[in-house]
Amino acid sequence: MKRVVITGMGIYSTIGKTLDEVRDSLYHGRSGIGLDEERKTLGYRSLLTGMIESPNLKGILDRRSRVGLPEQGKYAYVATLEALKNAGIDQDYLEQTEAGILYGNDSSSVPVIDAIDLMREKKDTTLLGSGSIFQSMNSTISMNLSVIFKLRGINFTVSGACASGSHALGMGYFLIRHGLQDCIITGGGQEINPESMGSFDGLSAFSTRHNAPEKASRPFDRDRDGLVPSGGAATIILESYDSAVKRGARILGEVIGYGFSSNGDHISVPNVTGPVKAINTALQDAGIDIKDIGYINAHATSTPVGDGKEAEAINEVFGSTKPYVSSTKSMTGHEMWMGGASEVIYSLLMMNNDFIAPNINFENPDEHSAKLNITPKTIEQGFDVFLSNAFGFGGTNSTLIIKKC
Amino acid sequence: MNKTEVVDIINGFLVEEFEIEDDLIQPDATWSDLGIDSLDFVDIVVIIEKEFGFKLKGEDMINVRTLGQFHEFIYQRQLSNQ
Repeated sequence: MKRVVITGMGIYSTIGKTLDEVRDSLYHGRSGIGLDEERKTLGYRSLLTGMIESPNLKGILDRRSRVGLPEQGKYAYVATLEALKNAGIDQDYLEQTEAGILYGNDSSSVPVIDAIDLMREKKDTTLLGSGSIFQSMNSTISMNLSVIFKLRGINFTVSGACASGSHALGMGYFLIRHGLQDCIITGGGQEINPESMGSFDGLSAFSTRHNAPEKASRPFDRDRDGLVPSGGAATIILESYDSAVKRGARILGEVIGYGFSSNGDHISVPNVTGPVKAINTALQDAGIDIKDIGYINAHATSTPVGDGKEAEAINEVFGSTKPYVSSTKSMTGHEMWMGGASEVIYSLLMMNNDFIAPNINFENPDEHSAKLNITPKTIEQGFDVFLSNAFGFGGTNSTLIIKKC
Repeated sequence: MNKTEVVDIINGFLVEEFEIEDDLIQPDATWSDLGIDSLDFVDIVVIIEKEFGFKLKGEDMINVRTLGQFHEFIYQRQLSNQ
């Protein structure tokens, strides 16, 4: 079995568009959440959302590449540029090696809606333009980036709801571990637009704390009233340890465990046994003891039921050791398809800068979160191993364990 | 629309939208010289519809091999559509 390490990361998020900006936001507990008034005109219950602008790639990327990229594809491109630079990988290296891509993404709403609107109006598919199909498919990010960066290895998208990004890393870890690939661009991308979130808002799953957007996402807090949708993109370069050493690359962390499970239960209501299984499987895969985990980046999205179930699951496994726990979604909102990857980056930034980011807005625990060691303040303390949870609709669960190398 | 106006519109979108260098925009330039591929042509159909109000079809374009021929084709076509 090969060792699997992380040699690069890049981020385009609501709390920063570079690793440095994001590290500072995490440290200072800054929120990236605001109000989108357009949602009011569409009948949304909640106007709350992560706030981010679309990068302008004209002059950076050629037209043919740009027309195929939807919003989250642009985020992913920018994040991937930063990750490759962070890894010390240039275009020549990508073309001389068999690098692949496994990216998490589970929707691309606007291009689909635009195409359907135009078709209904014009009754002529040839007027949809050449980019529509490449923007519309769930695999839009992996399909576009594989062409832009001329990749010749594994190439597909992982759609696992809000665990997509985490599963993408897990799959990449397996492929490298088994010697099938040496270098894989992994990550997750998430669109932020009213069109993509209406049906989720319709489930009354979003917070309506409009009077204080930065306080709306409050995972584990007794007074939480729902999640805040958010997005962006996060890219992580996974590499075999041998390849990293051969290149003289800086190693940011080592992936030592991946666990997964399916709840076999309700489509939207989580349970405890599924997450416990994913966590225990990851621990077993890593071959470490629970006392070795110094920090848990929780999935907790700020929904009343979900946070409670995860708190129960974490307590069931870590009740005797009580590692620090925080949900960075308190600052970012729920980055969904991207979250499982971005939260690994957030945790790596903490691990490599010796701090634990706060679970902001955690003011009063409920009966379940009271049993965890949740930090509402930044802690100036290093740790050597962290665990990151990501769960999604359909009861899909993913847990990654990463250690300092 | 006179021929100059048609040429200006076509050359304008080739430079602005397709980011083709000014000095490549020559009447004898082929699609290949301009770097226009089959996917780009899908977008040209969309732009022509928007700018001139008619639909280009692939079969109409069989003998249109250079930019100059394209200018003339669009010019004649928009005249006959008026």
